[in-house]
Amino acid sequence: MPPEQMPPPPLGGFMARNRAAQPAALHPPYKTSVWRSPRAPLLSFPSSLSEETGPVFGQSLLGPLDADLLSNFAAPGETAIGPRIIVHGRVVDEGGRGVPGALVEVWQANAGGRYRHAKEGYLAPLDPNFGGCGRCLTDAEGHYSFRTVMPGPYPWPNGGNDWRPAHIHLSLFGPSFAQRLITQMYFEGDPLIPLCPILGAVTDAAALQRLVATLDMQATIPMDSRAFRFDIVLRGRRQSVFENRKEGL
Amino acid sequence: MPPFIETASQTAGPYVHIGCTPNVCGIAMYGGDLGAVMKTGPVRGEEITLTGAVHDGMGAVLKDALVEIWQADAAGLFNTPHERRGQADPNFTGFGRSAGDMNTGEFTFHTVKPGRVPWPDGRLQAPHVSVWVVARGINIGLQTRLYFADEEAANAEDPILSRIEHRARAETLIARRSGPRAYRFDIHLQGPKETVFLDI
Repeated sequence: MPPEQMPPPPLGGFMARNRAAQPAALHPPYKTSVWRSPRAPLLSFPSSLSEETGPVFGQSLLGPLDADLLSNFAAPGETAIGPRIIVHGRVVDEGGRGVPGALVEVWQANAGGRYRHAKEGYLAPLDPNFGGCGRCLTDAEGHYSFRTVMPGPYPWPNGGNDWRPAHIHLSLFGPSFAQRLITQMYFEGDPLIPLCPILGAVTDAAALQRLVATLDMQATIPMDSRAFRFDIVLRGRRQSVFENRKEGL
Repeated sequence: MPPFIETASQTAGPYVHIGCTPNVCGIAMYGGDLGAVMKTGPVRGEEITLTGAVHDGMGAVLKDALVEIWQADAAGLFNTPHERRGQADPNFTGFGRSAGDMNTGEFTFHTVKPGRVPWPDGRLQAPHVSVWVVARGINIGLQTRLYFADEEAANAEDPILSRIEHRARAETLIARRSGPRAYRFDIHLQGPKETVFLDI
């Protein structure tokens, strides 16, 4: 959809963020959060145009293979090694409305849990045909989809024997900068999920459950790829307009 | 679909660059990184450079942070199809993204000094740049704002700056001139110089 056709955000400021469904900044079992979390309370303000607007990206940004991690780093005729999967879902706001034109960027380790990054030294090998990044835009109803390999679990120097569950990182742009979100999706049934200190920062059980993608046999392509469904909710606006907001602002 | 509550944030982690600035970490993708270029042609207004770094509670510079900015053009207009007040400068995107230098952690944005943008009640805010910081160890992205030291009169009447109870803390949002057409803005996640972060 051309950006010009993206419906304008409704008037009215954003609803206050539901912090109970968000991770705490300070979660000592995730050790790096100790020195990287603010100690002062956040300063609360109503949103202004600076937060209610945001960058909007069009289809012209995307290349033909951007959403296909199986192929977008592979040599011609080659494909990444690992379980082939489709990850798809719908991006909606807190009013339940689909968010069209949302840019979804993803990154992940390869099937062995190895990231393609200079600062990464895990002994599992790189896959020469896997870069680990992709992106797409949601369609008119807010649906997104990409193809990739299922990432492997990955050890990290936090506790003495901590392993990240298999996960894919996602970054999302709604039409408003206040909706900016980075999160991680996990896979249904992974026994590492309840052991992970990063997930442990989310104390609301329902919020944690919503980070787990579900096996979707209906979208699975026989003899080709399994599918996982991961729906995403971005922040929503208040229904009513500001009483003192001038016409046109 | 379960109730419509905002999806929980998770840390961007140490390898955020793979997804958001792949070219910075050696993955040649997309013909360039998103947000690396804010000026796509001749722009209106004063061209400036913003530099700085993100510091942790022990004073160490983060070398794995991702900083994004969003701002109005020199006339105070946003480059989005939702801008209703006029036509923003078509050669200025208003959006910047920097992974920082891999060795020093310093971020740099080549941008323009923004014009004033109205507050919901119609008053004008002081010129400012919205800033969003994510990194390993940050569980949910931190929103703040950059204001300019040479906008004293506007800063004095800005709805956010003027309402910060502890005046010394308001100073944490002010970028200082560091050269001709250059400003420095350091972000402190924690400690005596802790930056004011916003819940907007």
